[in-house]
Amino acid sequence: MDLTLLGWGDRGWGDEMVFGAMMTLAVAASSYLLGIVIGAGAAAMKLSHWLVLRWLADVYTTIIRGIPELLVIYLVFFGGGALLRTIAKGVFGYGEFIDLPIFITGMICIGLSAGAYSTEVIRGAVLAVPRGQIEAARAVGMGKVLRFRRILVPQVARYALPGLGNVWQLTLKETSLISVIGLVEVMRQATVGAGSTKEPFTFYITAFVLYLGLASISNRGFLRAETWANRGVRTS
Amino acid sequence: MDWELIGESWPVLVAAIPETLVLAISSLAIGFVLAIGIAVLRLSDNRLAWAAAYGYVYVFRSTPLLVQIFLIYYGSGQFRPFFEDIGLWYFLRDPWFCAITALTLNTAAYASEIIRGGIQSVPWGQLEAARACGMSGLLLFRRIIFPIAIRQALPGYGNEIILMVKATSLASTITILEVTGEAKKIIAATWSPVEVFIIAGAIYLAINFAVTRIVQWAEVRLSPQLYRDRPSWFARLTGAGADTAGRSPAISDQLH
Repeated sequence: MDLTLLGWGDRGWGDEMVFGAMMTLAVAASSYLLGIVIGAGAAAMKLSHWLVLRWLADVYTTIIRGIPELLVIYLVFFGGGALLRTIAKGVFGYGEFIDLPIFITGMICIGLSAGAYSTEVIRGAVLAVPRGQIEAARAVGMGKVLRFRRILVPQVARYALPGLGNVWQLTLKETSLISVIGLVEVMRQATVGAGSTKEPFTFYITAFVLYLGLASISNRGFLRAETWANRGVRTS
Repeated sequence: MDWELIGESWPVLVAAIPETLVLAISSLAIGFVLAIGIAVLRLSDNRLAWAAAYGYVYVFRSTPLLVQIFLIYYGSGQFRPFFEDIGLWYFLRDPWFCAITALTLNTAAYASEIIRGGIQSVPWGQLEAARACGMSGLLLFRRIIFPIAIRQALPGYGNEIILMVKATSLASTITILEVTGEAKKIIAATWSPVEVFIIAGAIYLAINFAVTRIVQWAEVRLSPQLYRDRPSWFARLTGAGADTAGRSPAISDQLH
């Protein structure tokens, strides 16, 4: 095992690996945010009075949680570009070849998966807010928007935080799958390095350690956020 | 929608189901045994045993399965002369061995936490009663702790089984042609992802549906007292009353 391979600069792969880790973090964070937006929407659908909306959200979470992420990635990777070209041609009359950027493809795939898991988390958190709080808000004359913004959202965020922390850990690990379609994040960078130096163990163990570091640091961040969010809550 | 392609590719994908199932079942079975050991170590008073189990679980849960698979399959190649010397290379060059090893080690980490939760939920009174009857050590674990813990851990373990069925798809990245591997091969050759996705997705959904049903059945079997006054699904389907002939009256009947 040749550790000088991991040096900084032109001679070593250390800086490339760290940039790869940054890319992992960037794609994980954007997929996570997309996932929370999707999750909030799907949770609202699951809690709605309309049977069709509930049914649609159920289909979405069942499919995404029951099918391997890799399969979803292949679907979007091979099918997303064709869909985009059909829309561009049919709606805008644009006939040139266009394709989805690989970052966007990855973000959509991982975001869809994060969305399905956060749907359940957010739905549970909404149900955890006591009904009396909403009634009290209505009694003091708050309108629908104000009730949502002042009463529902802050409490849902607090109840959902531990679950969303788990979703973040899942999302971070799932980004490694995007390497199979060629986004140069830490896993892909390790494969490239392993291929050109014939030292696969050195590179994959580096990726392993980088993931461990990212997961540990972000986990600590989430624990802090939980303490902060619960600072006003009385505990026995 | 290309119906011809669907007609041609579904037999290929269905024929790959055994590969997926072999990966899932073998790694779940070995991983379950390992998980019990790890859970017991995590609950032991020995600081060293606790630290080893904690470290194992922490590391395996904090890193992606894909890295673990690549580390074992490709990473071992870097030390090929060493593994040839000790006779392990025969196994490590085989993608099946590497995939099952990685999946096993991974599920052992997750399952040990589920089992630990189950063991910790065993009420103290049960342990005291068992000790009062003179049980200890392995007998206590086998007769009292383990059966109660498994009952508690079953719903969580059901989720883990589904996650593992999904995780077997990663074996396709190291040349194993299970359902996802075959699907990718067809997609790359035909550029018709939607058709193939529908078939492969339906296969996984069917497997996972069967898993949830089996886990539900096992839950009922392991805690029959909770389901005694409920009619069987067959009785509910046919509209007949609960079949309670020959059994002791249900709790709700005794109360009236």
